[in-house]
Amino acid sequence: MNKKEINRRKFLKILGASAATTTAALYGCKSENNTAVAGSTPGEVPTDQMTYRINPKTGDKVSLLGYGCMRLPTISHSSARDSNDDIDQEMVNKLTDYALAHGVNYFDTSPAYCKGRSEHAMGIALSRHPRNSYFIATKLSNFSPDTWSRKASIAMYHNSFKELQVDYIDYLLLHGIGMGGMEALKGRYLDNGVLDFLIEERKAGRIRNLGFSYHGDIKAFDYLLSRHEEIKWDFVQIQLNYVDWKHAKEVNSRNTDAEYLYGELNKRNIPAVIMEPLLGGRLSNVPTHIVGRLKQRRPTDSVASWAFRFAGSPEKVLTVLSGMTYMEHLQDNLRTYSPLLPLNDDDKAFLEETAQLMLKYPTVPCNDCKYCMPCPYGIDIPSILIHYNKCVNEGNVPKNSQEENYRKARQAFLVGYDRSVPRLRQANHCIGCNQCVHHCPQNINIPKQLQRIDQFVEHLKQGTL
Amino acid sequence: MLRKIRILCAFLCFALITLLFLDFTGSIHAWFGWLAKIQFLPALLALNAGVVIALILLTLILGRVYCSVICPLGVFQDIISWIAGKRKKNRFSYSPALTWLRYGVLTVFIIALLAGIGTVVALLAPYSAYGRMASNLLAPLYQWGNNLLAYWAERANSYAFYSVDVWMKSIATFGVAVGTFIILAILAWRNGRTYCNTICPVGTVLGFISRFSYLKPIIDTEKCNSCGLCARNCKASCINSKEHTIDYSRCVACMDCIGKCHKGAIAYAHLHKAATPEKKEEVSQARRNFLTITSLFATTTFLKAQEKKVDGGLAVIEDKKIPNRANPITPAGSQSIRNFTQHCTACQLCVSVCPNQVLRPSSSLDRLMQPEMSYERGYCRPECTKCSEVCPAGAIRPITTADKSSTQIGHAVFIPENCVVNRDGVECGNCARHCPAGAIQMLPSIADDPNSPKLPVVNTERCIGCGACENLCPARPFSAIYVEGHQNHRTV
Repeated sequence: MNKKEINRRKFLKILGASAATTTAALYGCKSENNTAVAGSTPGEVPTDQMTYRINPKTGDKVSLLGYGCMRLPTISHSSARDSNDDIDQEMVNKLTDYALAHGVNYFDTSPAYCKGRSEHAMGIALSRHPRNSYFIATKLSNFSPDTWSRKASIAMYHNSFKELQVDYIDYLLLHGIGMGGMEALKGRYLDNGVLDFLIEERKAGRIRNLGFSYHGDIKAFDYLLSRHEEIKWDFVQIQLNYVDWKHAKEVNSRNTDAEYLYGELNKRNIPAVIMEPLLGGRLSNVPTHIVGRLKQRRPTDSVASWAFRFAGSPEKVLTVLSGMTYMEHLQDNLRTYSPLLPLNDDDKAFLEETAQLMLKYPTVPCNDCKYCMPCPYGIDIPSILIHYNKCVNEGNVPKNSQEENYRKARQAFLVGYDRSVPRLRQANHCIGCNQCVHHCPQNINIPKQLQRIDQFVEHLKQGTL
Repeated sequence: MLRKIRILCAFLCFALITLLFLDFTGSIHAWFGWLAKIQFLPALLALNAGVVIALILLTLILGRVYCSVICPLGVFQDIISWIAGKRKKNRFSYSPALTWLRYGVLTVFIIALLAGIGTVVALLAPYSAYGRMASNLLAPLYQWGNNLLAYWAERANSYAFYSVDVWMKSIATFGVAVGTFIILAILAWRNGRTYCNTICPVGTVLGFISRFSYLKPIIDTEKCNSCGLCARNCKASCINSKEHTIDYSRCVACMDCIGKCHKGAIAYAHLHKAATPEKKEEVSQARRNFLTITSLFATTTFLKAQEKKVDGGLAVIEDKKIPNRANPITPAGSQSIRNFTQHCTACQLCVSVCPNQVLRPSSSLDRLMQPEMSYERGYCRPECTKCSEVCPAGAIRPITTADKSSTQIGHAVFIPENCVVNRDGVECGNCARHCPAGAIQMLPSIADDPNSPKLPVVNTERCIGCGACENLCPARPFSAIYVEGHQNHRTV
């Protein structure tokens, strides 16, 4: 009996000691682990090397990496836009703390993001830090016609203060200018006097910087810039990446080259905030031979880092937004911008060539923003388009049955299709009611694309390709 | 030795036939589909004279080896009986034949067959009974196993396995399958081949023939010491060891007795002397079995309908409901509803192979368990002729995809009140877009106004009744366009 007791005590002692040493060992190993395991990533993420850009009006030192809050993690470990699960607040806090500790100070959210839960979550995460340690950017997302009234728009604006737990907003944007053309711009901001109201709010100091984010109709962009002398835009948010720089029209006929957009801002000395640096992930998940091409040039850099370096290189870029769900994305992006290694002319020519190669892949320009959702007839539009794009990139969209890998590609396309999209939400259920079309910031003719994909699926199934 | 050969053959047949019911990819059918076609009753219904004659000849030469080897239900009972035998040895005993019951059931069966009462036929036919057990009880397990593999394959980025929907096709048929299983399991557990020798119409017919078979087990009275070991190991209860006789109408030629006899007194050989004493049979306790059957048939199992899950960010999709069809729809190749119901043994083989979730056993009383088509979960796709390939009974005759695409099995009926164009005020045309026969066109609802909402118009002459329109119609729970079955199929 006595012996047994000693044994037990001893055992507990040993257990405690070994647990402590294991923990210590793990902590000790952490930095080495990074280099040893990751292999391609160069060591620890630096905390004091972030590249900053100066806001010419306020003198704000803004980190080149901006935290996009439209893809916050959920407890089921997917992005909050994809699921109904609760946002993983603990993880959001952790990511926020980590970003701040590594020099990120710009956080971009909106009342619409994560099904309306993003501002609240970011309010909780950021209010744990001193107010002067971060810049908050949010938007007046009065897309829906029932929020077009002055009263509803201003209520939405005031609610942002409450959700974010702040008494001033650093960067406020008119959201999605150009979607719905001039008509929507007039209805949402001009005719109801909301823009004038926001200018007054800026005067009162409750908005530090006023700007707009632009998608779609170039008329709206040109119109708002033409009023720059009077309004004095403090910044403008545009879509910029190495494909959209010169080939926006090839990706999507109604888009405008980023070269033009940036040029217009540069001319007027307006700082640019960059969105879609990865083109909705399509510049990080690229065809295999493009991966090879990028890796050959800089073996230790990630594929995404090229896109971020491209977006961060122009001098007038204030910050580059990345919607980061996972710690690994955050770390990779931090490495890219700590500090930024600007592209030289050779690099730029190389990326331009890469862009031209990418355009040979007939992907659908969907950025998975899910603005089209929910489809009233239950179709999972983004999942269908993304599955199609994935198959395009992986060479699983055969042109005819004579192709060498036809059988394999057919199986991959059809089996993958059923896995990615439940049968009842597949393209053959699209009735072409066109309700989604005007929601798409990329102006994709969604029903037409879905019907095209459906026909392709029919050909595969019937073996008539 | 003979017993081992019998067991090996039976095992192979049984495993492969079971796989026919489980395999949803169709690859097993390409090689072993003939195993279903050599089943006695389906072959008889298909008027497959070659197979029927071959089976009769087989029985005339070797006895009822069909029941021991080819019939999956027989082998199934052997397996149950074998497990029971592990617990209790030498458990059988001789019992006289219930001839009145056997021939009574056979008479009822033949009358039902001639009168086209498919329900009775399906309940009694051995192959059908096994088919509904395999497809209702075993196939879901197999499919769940497959789905687990598919789940792993997905995580391993492999496309080797794909998941399939497991769904309750018909509660009534499921209930009957459960009932069949319980009854047969109890009978086989207690008395071996009771079902085969009292109820099974095929067993009765083959039993009649096997009396005259050339080879049969014979007891050598000179060697026999009347120990009765053979009788106590005869699952057919057909050896009367006291009188040294074997009731050959019930012997399924399993060869068990030959190995059991210590004296080597039983041989599988030709009986030379014509002196087979004719026996008068008395009614005995076997009646109890019959009563057990009828009482157990009443038990039906109800399963809770599966709860539907709703995804986030996606509109809820209501389940479609089955429209009230005046005529059932039967697959292309069945020629007419009459031909179909007359030949179908309700073996469920076509139901198990239908990849589009169209075929399911009927719940209506006059066609209970015979398959019918409905389009809530899928439609009869143009590239598929699986049901016609597997049908062993000639209820669905082989058909090519080309012939199928021009065979009218029904026609579409439009219900304007359900149409989303009227109900939601949107553009649609999904039915017209997916009609493989080009039988639907979208026309302005007001003839003079080309801008008025467009509604579908069905050209019933061209419609083949495949159900693409019904399945893909966005109106729920009832589609705005549905298919009405035809009594006689025809070529359009």
